[in-house]
Parts: sequence; structure tokens; C-alpha cells
Amino acid sequence: MSERVRNGAYDDWLDAIGDDEGYYVECENGHGWLPPRRVCPDCGSRELSEEPLPEAGEVATHSTVHVPTPQFEDDAPYVIAVAHFGPASITGMVRGADPEDVEIGTVVGVEVGERATTGDRAVVFRPR
Amino acid sequence: MSDPRVAGASVTRFGKHPERTGRDLFAEAGLAALDRSGVPADDVDALYYGNFMGEIAEHQGHQGPLMAEAVGLTVPATRYEAACASSGAAIRDAVRAIRNGEQEVVLVGGMERMTNVGTAAATDALAIAADDLYEVRAGMTFPAAYALMARSYFDEHGGTREDLAHVAVKNHEHALVNDNAQLQKEISVDEVLDAPMVAEPLGLYDACPITDGASAAVLTSEDYAERHGLDAPVAVTGTGQDGDNLALHDRQNYAATPAAAGAVAEAYADAGIDADDVDFAEVHDCFTIAEVLAIESIGLYEPGKGISAAREGETTRHGETPINLSGGLKAKGHPVGATGVAQLVTITKVLEGTHARADAVPAADVGVAHNAGGTAASATIHVFEVKA
Ligand SMILES: [Zn+2]
Repeated sequence: MSERVRNGAYDDWLDAIGDDEGYYVECENGHGWLPPRRVCPDCGSRELSEEPLPEAGEVATHSTVHVPTPQFEDDAPYVIAVAHFGPASITGMVRGADPEDVEIGTVVGVEVGERATTGDRAVVFRPR
Repeated sequence: MSDPRVAGASVTRFGKHPERTGRDLFAEAGLAALDRSGVPADDVDALYYGNFMGEIAEHQGHQGPLMAEAVGLTVPATRYEAACASSGAAIRDAVRAIRNGEQEVVLVGGMERMTNVGTAAATDALAIAADDLYEVRAGMTFPAAYALMARSYFDEHGGTREDLAHVAVKNHEHALVNDNAQLQKEISVDEVLDAPMVAEPLGLYDACPITDGASAAVLTSEDYAERHGLDAPVAVTGTGQDGDNLALHDRQNYAATPAAAGAVAEAYADAGIDADDVDFAEVHDCFTIAEVLAIESIGLYEPGKGISAAREGETTRHGETPINLSGGLKAKGHPVGATGVAQLVTITKVLEGTHARADAVPAADVGVAHNAGGTAASATIHVFEVKA
């Protein structure tokens, strides 16, 4: 699904990940989120700052997807995972690993890849 | 505070009706509910209606008045959208309107038309109950989200695909006598385990089917039911709703559904019951793991203990607390926006003793409906009791 109008904060965040300058949004109490956030959903703090995303994250849960949405038809099967990067958590596809080798606790980096199906940008984790 | 009564309730047959319009599906359920209630259409004050993907399936927004018209009503009519909990949310507001005395008679219901768009488009449509930017564009599907929860549950508490398979086998067995069910077919644990994978560790038989269907019920105030001599012994005695972060990754724990637990606490307090009083429940088993999380959140099992319930036979129709006597979403089908009210229909029939599986709980007087939207970022709970 290519689009002409940017989803500002989301596309800015992808740009930053692509430039190896990924960040997350953190409140004064250490709760981490992906942008845009004006308020912390956990504690209600509005004192939010952009913090550099840790270079390495840890897979918290994962699944090999065999039946994708149409936008990922040619990508399947692929591994989707949630990974913790410090206080922020991210959902992405794991590439560069045999699906059988992806486990809870696998250490990954995050980068911007392309969907095989549409060429659109996608969040990609790669074991490191 | 008077407890609203269920005066009449009905569902269409759930299944594949690709050529039937949404308005026709809802008209069938709505008119049948009105007929069974004995309430004249002129007395209906409002329609509370659940629908999730009407824009995608039928290019139709603004479905409230359309559906009211389909059942011959010109009343305030509002569509509720809370993903798979859409009509659970509709029930809740209907109950509140009756309790606070603003309305005496309301029609609640829901409808979803899904099979006409095909499996790929329906998969796409269901996915948008998740966070589009940070989940769907990352490759999330609805089954994948529950697969992530299942993996996390297995890691935290233990459990196997075989444990989950018993949930599917149980619900298929329950549906064998439900003539409105989409899948009236006995299955075995081995068939579930051998089915093609959808999103590991969930396979095809861990997932509910894609379904067309509608549900409706007439709710009245207790006073209205008494004044008009309605045969309406079942009351809605408790309602609860809670929410959670939309994206799964933004939650603390992927092996639990705190929104459902929050809704349960509210609904049980409202009804003045606790989990020990629950005789049976209809829970939101869009995937087998979802039933496990549901029976834990409604307080029948401690966290981590629900996984073995179906395998041990505790939640079958022969067990102590039968779960999903209708066959659940898994076998009965899951026309998303109709599901919450369809649970109400089943529970009412079981409590009245007219359901095909009512003999499983012949002395039941408390039934609970658990309806979850997305990965339970929305959850509604309703308690139903038999009143004299
Ligand atoms: Zn905070």
C-alpha cells in the first residue's frame, strides 16, 4: 500500500531507524513507547523525551506466519516477533535467521527492510 | 435498580451467506427476536447495533438507521464498533439506558457480512483491529497476534498445542446439536494437530472460521416486562467493560488479558456474584488460546491453570463449568459484530432450558458472557441470571 501522504511521526521514526538513529519516547518514570505520544498511557506524565533506541533488543514472543494479509503475501512464511528494546517494545519481522532458531531471548537489532510483496518499508529484526 | 429482562432473542444460521445483504441478515434476526418477545414494534425505543467491518464488506457506513429500518423501526439507532466486542459494547449501553430509566424497550443486535470479500480481504479486515502503523504494517495478522500470546503463555506457564487442541475438539462437539452453527462436525485432537499452520503455534483448527450472520435481542425494563406479562425470566444483572493498550507490544504481559479481568471485576460486583456462582459461560474463543485466557480472566482458573481445563474435561458439557455450549466462536462461527449478542442469545436459551445443550446445566441460574475485541484491548462482560 504505497501512499503519497506521510504518517508523520511514524515515517519519521522509520527514517530514523533506517539512518541507524532509532529512538523511542520515554516519560520521566521510565515508561517507553513508540511515537507519537503526548502523554504516557501508564502514568499520565506529559514530560516525554526522545531517547536513543538501544542497539540490541530481545525477542519476547514470536510466531511464524503462514497465512498473511494480502500486503505480505509474498513474504510468507515469515517470523513476526515482539522485541524489547529497553523500556520500548517493537513488533517486526525477523530476517536472517532460520525460523526454528528464533527463540524467546534471541538478541536482535532493528532496521528498515522492504516487504517482498509491495516494496513498502517494514520493521525488520536481525539476530546479532 | 431494576435489571433489564431478555424478552426475546434470536440468531440467523451462522455460516456462509455470501450473497445475502447485511440488512437482510439483520432483518431476519431482529424480526425473530421481536416476534419471540411479544413486544409490539411501536414500543421499541432504540436500536443498539454492533458491526465491525461494514465499510469493507459492503461499502456501508451509517448502519444504525439502515438496520432499524430493516426491522421496521424509525428510532434512535447507533452502531457500536469495538472490533469483535462491538455488540457486547452495544448490550452494555442498552442495559445502562434501561437501568437509568431513559428507555424501557430496546433492540440490541449485531451483524457481520464477511465471506463475500474472500479470505484474503477478510484477513486484512480483521487485522485492522490491531494498530495499523506499528502492528499491521509490521506484518501482524489477527491469528498472529493470538499466536504471540500463545507462545508467551506456553513460555510463562507451560502448555502444548495438544492442550489447545482439546479446546477445539470440545467446542466442535458442543456444536453438533446447534443447528445454527457454521461447523457441525466432530474433530479429533490429531486432526487439529495435523491441520495446516496459520501462525505457529496456531493451526487452522485453532482458529474460528470466517462467518456471515446476525443476532438480536429485545431487552425491556423489569417494570415493562411485569406490566405486559412478558415471559422473560432471564435478567441482565451485571455489566462490565474495560480497555487496554491497543498494540500487544505495549502491554506488560502477553499471556493475560487484563481488560477482561477488569470488566469481570466490575460485572461481578454489579451483579453481586463471584466466580463460584458461575454455572456456565460463553467466552470469546476466536482462537483456542483465547478460551484459555478467557476462563482465567472470568475467575474460573488461576493464571496459568486454564490450559488443561478442556483436556481434563472440566469445561466440556459433562464438566463442572461448561464453556461454550453453543460451540463457541470456533464451531458456531464468528460474525464479528454479531458475536456479543449471539452469546446473550445462547445464555438466555440455556437459562430458559430451551437450548439444545441446556441439559448440560439443568439447574443453572447464572451464566456469563465474555466478549473480547482485538487482542482484548476491548472487553465486555455480562452476567445473566434467572429471576422469578
Ligand atoms: Zn509513564
